[in-house]
Amino acid sequence: MKLIEKMVSCTINGIHVNVEKGTTILQAAKKIGIHIPTLCHLDLHDIGIVNKSANCRVCVVEDENKNALVPSCSEVVRDGMKIQTDSLKAVMGRRTSLELLLSNHPRDCLTCVKNLDCELQALAHEMNIREIHYKGEKMSHPIDNTSFAIIKDSNKCIMCRRCVTMCNEVQTVGVLNPLKRGFDVVVATAFHLDLNDTSCTYCGQCVSVCPTGALAERNHSSMVWRALNDPTKHVVVQIAPAVRVAIGEEFGYEPGEVSTGKIVASLKRMGFDQVFDTNFGADLTIIEEATEFVHRLENNGRLPMLTSCCPAWVQFIEHQFPELLDVPSTCQSPHIMVGSLIKTYYAEKNKIEPKDIVSVSVMPCVAKKAEVSREELTHNDLSDVDYVITTRELSRMIKEAAIDFKQLKDQNFDELLGESTGAATIFGATGGVVEAATRTAYEMITGKELKEVNFKQFRGLQGIREAEVQIGDKTLRVGIAHELGNARKLLEEIRDGKSHFDIIEIMACPGGCIGGGGQPYHHGDINILKKRAQALYDLDEKMEKRKSHENEMVVKLYEDFLGQPGNHKAHELLHTFYSAKPRI
Amino acid sequence: MKISSLATLDKWRDELRAAVKFDIKIMVCSGTSCISSESDLIFGLLKQKIDDHQLEHQIALVPTGCQRLCGQGPMITIEPGNITYFRVKVEDVEELFNEHILNGRVLYRLLYVDPKSGESIQDFAKMDFYRKQQRVALRNCGEIDPKSIDDYIRRDGYKALGNCISVLSPKEVVEIVKASGLRGRGGGGFPTGVKWEMTAKSRGNEKYLICNADEGDPGAFMDRSIIEGDPHSLVEAMTIAGYATGANSGIVYIRAEYASSIPPLKKAIEDAKANGFLGNNIFDSDFSFDISIKLGAGAFVCGEETALIHSMEGNRGEPTKKPPFPSESGFRGKPTTVNNVETLVNTPPIIINGAKWFRTFGTEKSPGTKVFALAGNIRNIGLVEVPMGTTFREVIFDIGGGHPLGKKIKAVQIGGPSGGVITEAFFDTPIEYDTLTKIGAMMGSGGMIVMDEDTDMVKIAKFYLEFTQDESCGKCTPCRIGTKRMFEILDRLVKMEGSPADLERLETLGKAIKTTSLCGLGQSAPNPVLSTMKYFREEYEGYAYRTKKIAYSINGEKCIGCTKCARVCPVQCIQGALRDVHFIDESKCIACGACYKACPVNAIVKP
Repeated sequence: MKLIEKMVSCTINGIHVNVEKGTTILQAAKKIGIHIPTLCHLDLHDIGIVNKSANCRVCVVEDENKNALVPSCSEVVRDGMKIQTDSLKAVMGRRTSLELLLSNHPRDCLTCVKNLDCELQALAHEMNIREIHYKGEKMSHPIDNTSFAIIKDSNKCIMCRRCVTMCNEVQTVGVLNPLKRGFDVVVATAFHLDLNDTSCTYCGQCVSVCPTGALAERNHSSMVWRALNDPTKHVVVQIAPAVRVAIGEEFGYEPGEVSTGKIVASLKRMGFDQVFDTNFGADLTIIEEATEFVHRLENNGRLPMLTSCCPAWVQFIEHQFPELLDVPSTCQSPHIMVGSLIKTYYAEKNKIEPKDIVSVSVMPCVAKKAEVSREELTHNDLSDVDYVITTRELSRMIKEAAIDFKQLKDQNFDELLGESTGAATIFGATGGVVEAATRTAYEMITGKELKEVNFKQFRGLQGIREAEVQIGDKTLRVGIAHELGNARKLLEEIRDGKSHFDIIEIMACPGGCIGGGGQPYHHGDINILKKRAQALYDLDEKMEKRKSHENEMVVKLYEDFLGQPGNHKAHELLHTFYSAKPRI
Repeated sequence: MKISSLATLDKWRDELRAAVKFDIKIMVCSGTSCISSESDLIFGLLKQKIDDHQLEHQIALVPTGCQRLCGQGPMITIEPGNITYFRVKVEDVEELFNEHILNGRVLYRLLYVDPKSGESIQDFAKMDFYRKQQRVALRNCGEIDPKSIDDYIRRDGYKALGNCISVLSPKEVVEIVKASGLRGRGGGGFPTGVKWEMTAKSRGNEKYLICNADEGDPGAFMDRSIIEGDPHSLVEAMTIAGYATGANSGIVYIRAEYASSIPPLKKAIEDAKANGFLGNNIFDSDFSFDISIKLGAGAFVCGEETALIHSMEGNRGEPTKKPPFPSESGFRGKPTTVNNVETLVNTPPIIINGAKWFRTFGTEKSPGTKVFALAGNIRNIGLVEVPMGTTFREVIFDIGGGHPLGKKIKAVQIGGPSGGVITEAFFDTPIEYDTLTKIGAMMGSGGMIVMDEDTDMVKIAKFYLEFTQDESCGKCTPCRIGTKRMFEILDRLVKMEGSPADLERLETLGKAIKTTSLCGLGQSAPNPVLSTMKYFREEYEGYAYRTKKIAYSINGEKCIGCTKCARVCPVQCIQGALRDVHFIDESKCIACGACYKACPVNAIVKP
């Protein structure tokens, strides 16, 4: 096609602009530096997340040929269009929509979980709303706080439907949908079931895109403060790989800033007795998982094997594919492994009663809050991990503790469960787990040293990726999926006997854990996710040891405590099982 | 029997026409309104009578669809003579049968009395109500048995379809409909031929034709009456549309509340299939078409075509932005035509008589006729079909017969909850799409509510807004919250709790909702308020400045002191001893009207 046929032109506020066919007015305006406010709009098309439902009516602009205003987020530029974004009609329409939303909002911003991080609040400020001309009845819905992970306060919902898009189109879980009509409309579960009684995976992607405080993580920070202030408790904490490349955003750093040392320092200041690294658990996971995989491979076991680090994904397969429960690896997720070692290995070594230990995990994840309440993840009636707090909650706690994060001097993890390799670091990005597993499996199978440890074919943001790796005389077929909608496709292939993979890594969240439901809000900026992922790969690159089995403290753990990978003790402490949980 | 050619169809029709002729034909209206006044029982009694007298070979007893003057039902029309009886009761059957059927005497007391001349009218065709009507869409309605395909065939049924398939190419059919100037009768008035052409030109082998029978305006019953009274015309028209647009599948989206429309439609589809008018290789051609019925749960917004399609797909009935238009990507993402019932049934006569014939009715830009459901403070409540361009005055006074008690008619609400009011100043406006839009109303689907001088326009606006805010799907902000806020302001006003500032707020908000809403429902929801504010501002001001007198009072000359009013008053604001004149404390009166209803001597004066 000729270039000229691909292009259309229009004028926006009198400025001429040429754009490719299919460009929205919003995109065209952006190109010439005209800002149009948006609210329900969310466009992360690189990873298949697009909410262009055009229902908030905040981005409306005037098309000179039409009586009604048009939503710039979804209206495509047509040749010769004349658009005004700042005419009185457009501005009044936009302001009215926003004022109407505010007239039906609790406006308890001072104490809201989203205070200063709320897109509705920011928009009201940006559009200089100082008075709300419309008053009347406000929504009155009960707050759903039945879940361990997510609190839903529909009274703050503005019906942007981003959560509906995430839950239905991206994750294909279908728990959240609009119910009722007119003013009574509410995004809710079928029959208003409690979230806990639905097939919610607690992935938290609804939370991560909610522009207001209608969906939020269950806050566990007060429990952690209580433990820290209890002299009879020994409080131990671990942090996940994706946390260290994201938390800086909450303190004014660029996305991708690595703040591992500062996190450790602030946790010590807050009074944690030991600060461990979930990366240690990641290395350990690789040893166990690679052992299991090699075993399945060499004994004609169930293939493909699926990774099991992601609790939302585990929840998903238990709800939706109960016939495939022999497919995932039996390995616990890394933080549960560390948690279970804290109350056994660490407790034994330091002669501390396990019941006196309070074990806290700092995670990029909302689903891990629900994971720790799973019955099978307990030993001697003690949960392996007691509390999970998200990256966001930790950042709030650091602020609450009046710690000047930027001024902190870096500190190191405590030794016993603190060492890690580059392989563990990349767990936080989609494809990272399988890359780490391949590094170890290669050497396990061939007995030869792996020279090139970078498997770039595993990296990237494409929803489903596949690659082949030559290990000795065996060609390993690797599948990778992030977002549960993509996972579903691979699972359906397995169910129908059409899957040709040997091993598949699945992460529920876009981009993997770096895009987790507990991370600082990305507010629709895909670059934030990309920078976080890059930071993890950069960290890996800089590490001296980049294969999990080179982790000396893990080797020591097997020598001193566990014995052989995959043996009875390892199974008891580091493995789990799955059970069918069919739900609506 | 499968009809495979026009010739066999003609033969069948001629045979039917030549078959046994009855001496007398009794047509009992079995429209919903008449059935609610026991016309079904009357039908049963008449049947019994005929059986008792063994007259079944002399008398044809036909349950017809709506005979249109619903307010005067149940109606029975008897041929020969076209003699129509109104307000027939079960207890009248005996006398009616004996007098008219057995003795051949007209039963005068059941005839229509012309309000102007005071004379009884025998032949309904001479009544003003019918005389000024022009029937195209309702051509068979009220005259045939909707459950009988024979009746339809007798009246040239399926001939248009036969013509299309045997003689015309799909493109020629589209051209004829385009040339006729037929526009969508569902509200927007989009040219039907152009719509068909768009679908026909869209790429893809799988196309759909949807009939929108989700008539939801309060007080509208045009489409329902057509389906109930002449279902085959819809089946035929849909098949024609399917042929023209390249669709092989037709779906009628009908609200489940239309329980009495569904069985005749199902029967018509079955009979059409049995005779080869639906199914494979219709009229021995390559064209195959089938019709299925999809029941809607009765949401007003599902009359909007994108919402309707989503509802049909099993999703929430919510509109989405257009483009893409259904003609490009509609049902299941395939090219789809959505036409309403009345639009479709206009097409068979257009095919038979030609585009030119159709253009002899109506105006240049709005050819043809339009069916209205006439209701409210009007003498002749019912279904009327008039040529486009007829004035409101003709509809209200000539056909509608004016106010039943001779009161002044203040306004007409047209277009249902999405339309606006037409005041007396505009009663001479010709009814057509573009003139209506110009004066701030819209054609809508055809509900026409007449309001007399006693009508409180603010309360009328509030009624419509209560409806739309309730029926909003809740998707976009202005419709979901905006209509609610407008309703709250109106509620405040009529409770005398509003302020002058509310008027400005109401207007600003109404205009903003019109420009910012996502679909037609929201974009037109403020119309009843804005148009009444435009023409009856003083009524709004009466509430806003709280100058409106809302209290009832008592005419001392009429009051007999019976105490009935005082006993029913819920706020005890009526004082007076037994047999003495009573008084209302106007400061306490809440204008509930209980006393007005209770008074046996009409001594209570409305505010």
